[in-house]
Amino acid sequence: MEVALNWYLGLSAILFSIGTLGVLLKRNAIVLLMSVELMLNAVNLTLVALSQSMGDADGQLLVFFTIAVAAAEAAVGLAIVIAIFRRKLTVDITEINLFKF
Amino acid sequence: MFGDFIPLFIMIALATGLALTLLKAAEIIGPKRPNRIKRTPYESGMDPIGSARERYSVKFYLVAMIFIVFDVEVVFMYPWAVSFHDFIEGGAAFGVMVVVTIFTVILLIGLVYDIKKGGLDFEQ
Amino acid sequence: MDLSQAFSTMAADLPAIFSMSVVTVAGLVMILQESLSENDRPIPWIGVGALAVAVVWELVHLGDPAGTAFFESIRTGGFASYINLIVLGSGIVTIILSVPYLDHIKHAYGEVYAMIMFATVGMLMLGTANSLVSIFVGLETMSVCLYVLTGLIREDEGSVESALKYFLLGAFSTGFFLYGIALMYGATGTMYLPEMQGAVPEGSIMFWAGVALFLIGFLFKVSAAPFHMWTPDVYQGAPTPLTGYMSTASKAAAFASLILVLFYALPDERWSLVLSAVALVTMIIGNVLAVSQDNVKRMLAYSSIAHAGYVLVALAAGTTEAYAGAMFYLLIYAIMNLGAFGVMAMLEWDGKEGRVQSLDSLAGIGHEKPLLGVAMGVFMFSLTGFPPLGGFMGKYAVFAPAVDAGLTWLVLIGVLMSAISAYYYLRVVVVFWLADAEDTPEAQAASRSFVFAGIPVKATIALCAVALVVLGVYSGGLLEMTFGFFEEGMMAATP
Repeated sequence: MEVALNWYLGLSAILFSIGTLGVLLKRNAIVLLMSVELMLNAVNLTLVALSQSMGDADGQLLVFFTIAVAAAEAAVGLAIVIAIFRRKLTVDITEINLFKF
Repeated sequence: MFGDFIPLFIMIALATGLALTLLKAAEIIGPKRPNRIKRTPYESGMDPIGSARERYSVKFYLVAMIFIVFDVEVVFMYPWAVSFHDFIEGGAAFGVMVVVTIFTVILLIGLVYDIKKGGLDFEQ
Repeated sequence: MDLSQAFSTMAADLPAIFSMSVVTVAGLVMILQESLSENDRPIPWIGVGALAVAVVWELVHLGDPAGTAFFESIRTGGFASYINLIVLGSGIVTIILSVPYLDHIKHAYGEVYAMIMFATVGMLMLGTANSLVSIFVGLETMSVCLYVLTGLIREDEGSVESALKYFLLGAFSTGFFLYGIALMYGATGTMYLPEMQGAVPEGSIMFWAGVALFLIGFLFKVSAAPFHMWTPDVYQGAPTPLTGYMSTASKAAAFASLILVLFYALPDERWSLVLSAVALVTMIIGNVLAVSQDNVKRMLAYSSIAHAGYVLVALAAGTTEAYAGAMFYLLIYAIMNLGAFGVMAMLEWDGKEGRVQSLDSLAGIGHEKPLLGVAMGVFMFSLTGFPPLGGFMGKYAVFAPAVDAGLTWLVLIGVLMSAISAYYYLRVVVVFWLADAEDTPEAQAASRSFVFAGIPVKATIALCAVALVVLGVYSGGLLEMTFGFFEEGMMAATP
């Protein structure tokens, strides 16, 4: 039984929106990081679904790169968050406000 | 096609609804006589010792991050492994090995750096 | 595709990625040297050597006709060589400036230079991309390395805070960027830029939504308003020579890639209005907010937003001359900004990557360090756009085609904003030369220990200043050359 392409696209659009809202509304840097990962994975779903429906491998090719990039970003991001936690003992982004206009 | 899923959705809705109703009902109908003992995490059990939020060694994060990176880089090996046979039969055995060797060597250099810098050193 | 031919095709295409390969191998060697050997003094010079080899290679291939390599993943030829030269040159300048700077702040890690090399590889790929996959891989290779470089001084809260902001906003914009790629791919069924042009279904909302998201990602990377919020904070907190690198090479590569996308995949009049609006807002925000800045690095950050606006004017015009002008401007801008950040790196005394020292604390520094003072004067006049310096010719090259394309109102605002910019640029020159250190309490109070600028640093900064003068006087040939890229490119696009 096959699920229509639009369902995949709809699901990934919803996931992407949840990720976006997470980034905009949350204040914990780790949660922000997770939201960004959710956004990237929503896009992966879109790409795989499109690639499958069109019978073209390029979309899936990009997904491999996205997965690798997401891992690298997560590692770098966590390292930065740890560095800032050691300095300020908080990961609340509203308290990280050294720079002003 | 969507019709095939309707029983499933009904089942999910029923299950969720029932669970929520019962929880709410227990809260509304049930007697409420809180006291100190009842509010402890383990009623008539052992008292918890120390905080649940213990600090882990930062090494833990480091190893986790290194794991993520090396774990996920292997993702590039899967398509290579899947199409490996086609390349061998297509007469491109040398090329396909060269490509994966380059990839592995680059990863290996990362690992060498990691070990030399003590990233996997648990002792200190 | 015949599998037995695949690898021989790739082997034949290897010259197309000569620079990328050399820089990658050098980066790996630097990592090995750092981890296996106690002696990390030669590491930066391995990098400079590799970049210099790549520069020579690209100079030789500057006249090549346009083409593609690696199954149409990347572009070759004059355009690619030109943008690669900007990126590689910026890399060399950055490494040379970083050596004494990082020694001074006691963060002379070998990894820094390896990260610069890997970021350079990403930019080389971004600037020559011919498919959305290459653009994404290049952009992310560059960005992840730049996040690390920003947070290099991890003991300092300013540096890590910059890194966190850059990382979070950068990753956020990557999400939009990638979603845009996915939708464009879904609407057209191809990842390759030239094929996309013919494959757009009429009235496809999916495609235009995808392009909008894609542009958001790009505009973020080139710090165009309203996606510029990260720029001042990140530039102020990042180590100064690396800020110069971020503001020049990464912008040049991203703009080159954007030009390729607009030129090959989206030649459509409708983008002109959107890009004009973005250019307008970017120029105004950059220039107006720069006026009130007391910190030179922050001022230069706003100035770099303003300059992104000038380039966007050319992109909004969308003619071949305008694209050629934008390419020329990117070169001039790279030289000016690398020089300006280089001078500021050498004049840094606060031990907090220059984020707390005010402009006034450098009063009269020109008399103390005449070479840096004169060079800074050249950079500031050039950024303002004084003839006959390079900055003037660059602005002329982007504004003139925009007037021809009917964007006179936008150009008028651009010129007006340049006039405003004279105030804050020339203030730096005034403080450096005319203000008296005796009269300025901040300059007295500061215990100033500057970075020791050796011969290589002085030579590099002087070279940047001289190059600006030379390019200002003899710009004709270079402009003709950048124009040629698009003539050839046009032919390659329609085989």
